[in-house]
Amino acid sequence: MSSSPLLARYAECIFWLARFIERAENLARILDVNETFSRGRSAAQSWLSIVQLNADEERFYKKHRTPSAERVLAFYLTDADNPTSILSAVTNARENARTLRPLVSTEMWVQLNTFYHRMGAIGPGDMLPGSLSRLLTSIKEACQTFTGITEGTFYRDQASYFYRLGQYIERADQTTRLLDTKYPLLSGGSDTAAAVEVGQWHALLRSASGYHAFRRVHSSELTPARVAGFLLFNPAFPRSVYLCVREAADALAALKHHYRLRAGNDISEGLDGLRAILEERSIEEILAGGLHEFLDFLQDYLIAITDRVSAAFFARRPVSGGPNPAAAAWPLAPVPQIPS
Amino acid sequence: MTGFVLDGYDPQGFYCEMLRCAATAALRQRLDHLPLADFQRRTAAAAQALYDYGITFTLYSESSAIDRILPFDPIPRVLAADEWRQIERGIIQRVTALNLLLDDVYHGQKILKDGVIPPDLILGNPNYRPSMHGAAVAHKAYVNICVLRAFPDLVDGIGLRPVEDYGSRLVAAMREIAPASSSEPQIVLLSPGIYNSAYFEHVFLAREMGVPLVQGSDLVIEQDRVYMRTIAGLHAVDVIYRRINDDFLDPEAFRPDSLLGVPGLMRAYNAGNVALANAVGTGVADDKAVYAYVPKIIRYYLGEDAILQNVETHICREPNSLRYTLDHLAELVVKPVGEAGGYGITIGPKASRAELEECRAKLVADPANYISQPCIDLSVAPTLCDGGVMPRHVDLRPFAITGKSTWVLPGGLTRVALRPGSLMVNSSQGGGSKDTWVLEQGLE
Repeated sequence: MSSSPLLARYAECIFWLARFIERAENLARILDVNETFSRGRSAAQSWLSIVQLNADEERFYKKHRTPSAERVLAFYLTDADNPTSILSAVTNARENARTLRPLVSTEMWVQLNTFYHRMGAIGPGDMLPGSLSRLLTSIKEACQTFTGITEGTFYRDQASYFYRLGQYIERADQTTRLLDTKYPLLSGGSDTAAAVEVGQWHALLRSASGYHAFRRVHSSELTPARVAGFLLFNPAFPRSVYLCVREAADALAALKHHYRLRAGNDISEGLDGLRAILEERSIEEILAGGLHEFLDFLQDYLIAITDRVSAAFFARRPVSGGPNPAAAAWPLAPVPQIPS
Repeated sequence: MTGFVLDGYDPQGFYCEMLRCAATAALRQRLDHLPLADFQRRTAAAAQALYDYGITFTLYSESSAIDRILPFDPIPRVLAADEWRQIERGIIQRVTALNLLLDDVYHGQKILKDGVIPPDLILGNPNYRPSMHGAAVAHKAYVNICVLRAFPDLVDGIGLRPVEDYGSRLVAAMREIAPASSSEPQIVLLSPGIYNSAYFEHVFLAREMGVPLVQGSDLVIEQDRVYMRTIAGLHAVDVIYRRINDDFLDPEAFRPDSLLGVPGLMRAYNAGNVALANAVGTGVADDKAVYAYVPKIIRYYLGEDAILQNVETHICREPNSLRYTLDHLAELVVKPVGEAGGYGITIGPKASRAELEECRAKLVADPANYISQPCIDLSVAPTLCDGGVMPRHVDLRPFAITGKSTWVLPGGLTRVALRPGSLMVNSSQGGGSKDTWVLEQGLE
């Protein structure tokens, strides 16, 4: 039987399924690294920084008067009303998978379905300091299991490229957010805090599963600049922004070459432009111009890419007529100036 | 609880299909050697598997959404080969007659003119679609339920009729009804979406058929042709196996508030550019009052006696039947004609005085909305319950696919009333399902 082209709605669902799984995994990583940071420091301030990182202040304060470890953890782990919680991400992923039942493998669906039911069974006792790390690890592993099952069982047609596209765009975005957790320290770091700080960059690397890879590149001193540079630019580390952008571009190229989907041409250009920016900048330049500002720029750029993917492939309107919203020039976000 | 599955099983005076049927001997022997505790453990494992596989429906309350599996019983219902042949012939006869009825109703209306069915029963029926008058095709297609495979050792060696080719039979029928212009027709299955309680079934069917599972929002009409929205633009659609009722199919033609359908679909349909299965307007043959006329309909079109007996039915719109029903209310089952799912039914022998009076008032106020039937002693089958294996009442919903000809799925859906003494097999009324096995041979 000749296969018909992929439904636009399915492409959108698979793109977001991949994103929600990556998002859940990375949020677990961020909570994990923060748990390490917050030891011996002003804990409330440290947990508040997670809320700020996700720009969730308004929603958070609507529910809670002050931040505390328990409140922030509940807000990001088990709060079904918070759209940025891990529970919401897993719920959304499962909802998408339910729509995609005719496309995804049974193993993908069953694993995600049981993962979702496990998320619903998390109680306050699981989020106490003694058990939190185990819980976060189990969430991370459930996401990795899903990713592995997908790699091993998901039929490699158009849908699988939309999965990869979503997966790597989200992972790039999440790496910028993970890096941003360290931003307040980097900008205000005093000499006395230096030793503590190095320990925390160490933890950050580990939470991105990057310590061993980092050591293969840098056998000498671990400095903030080296860690940030590694997570942004390394061409071989699976969670670096650069590698993720390259993988996303490859997925788009495959859609273009194997399935003649020219609607993606413009997005390919955008990803190439982003890749060029990442290749040309040095970490010293970026730190001088402000790491936070650069991370913001990257996040805006990835949002613009997503908007164009939506317009090109997921459009609900009939394709005939109407201006093409994906026709403006790149980059949509202003490139931060390098101080001379 | 100790012992084996069928130890101490007592059908309590009802007709038990398992004990009365000689062909079930092989199965009974296995159940006699299967420890009950083992059987219960495996049933629980099967229930967990259904839960993990997401073969569930969702119960929404104010604060939560709970997934529940569709209730099932692990002891299969067995139909002997000769028994089944009779049922199969009866179904084909019935489907053939009903298709002839629909064709007639939407063309010459001879059966109404000849006074076999009161014209008002058809023409005044909410499911009658005047817009279908003169339209060309009316094929029928029914559906299947997934078969649970948790007990392969019970099946092993007992010759069973296979059910795997249901999907390909459906596809073949869809190809047969496709518009003549399409040589390689694009078939889709149109579902209300993931919140529909039958969504799992839609997924199963789409997969078995190898066709895209679409929602209304995926389809668009341009110049009276149906297209689906794909990543590469619009793609033509020729046949829609729709699991959406007429009312919701096209907000331009039917309910304007429907978000499930496709605006303009009826224009494309009437222009002959797309085939719908089932055709629009078939609901009129699915009416409980029309059911009473089935033996007459079969005789009228086919000149044959009905192979499957009808339950004696009193149509309360007829004064004599209404009087009879009111006089014998305590013995009869009274059903509203338009309701499904067992809602609004009064079972006379089990109703309280107040319930009977309430039923009487409704009958007098709106007789045309009701039929009555004698209380049928449905047969029972052994069923795994909390207290062990008990007799529970069962019915059978067979499935038939019609393209150029009619094919009947061997078996179908056996519904079982899980509550003690209950005759209500509907899932909304405490009913569950059983596997249905049709034996290849009469006796070993």
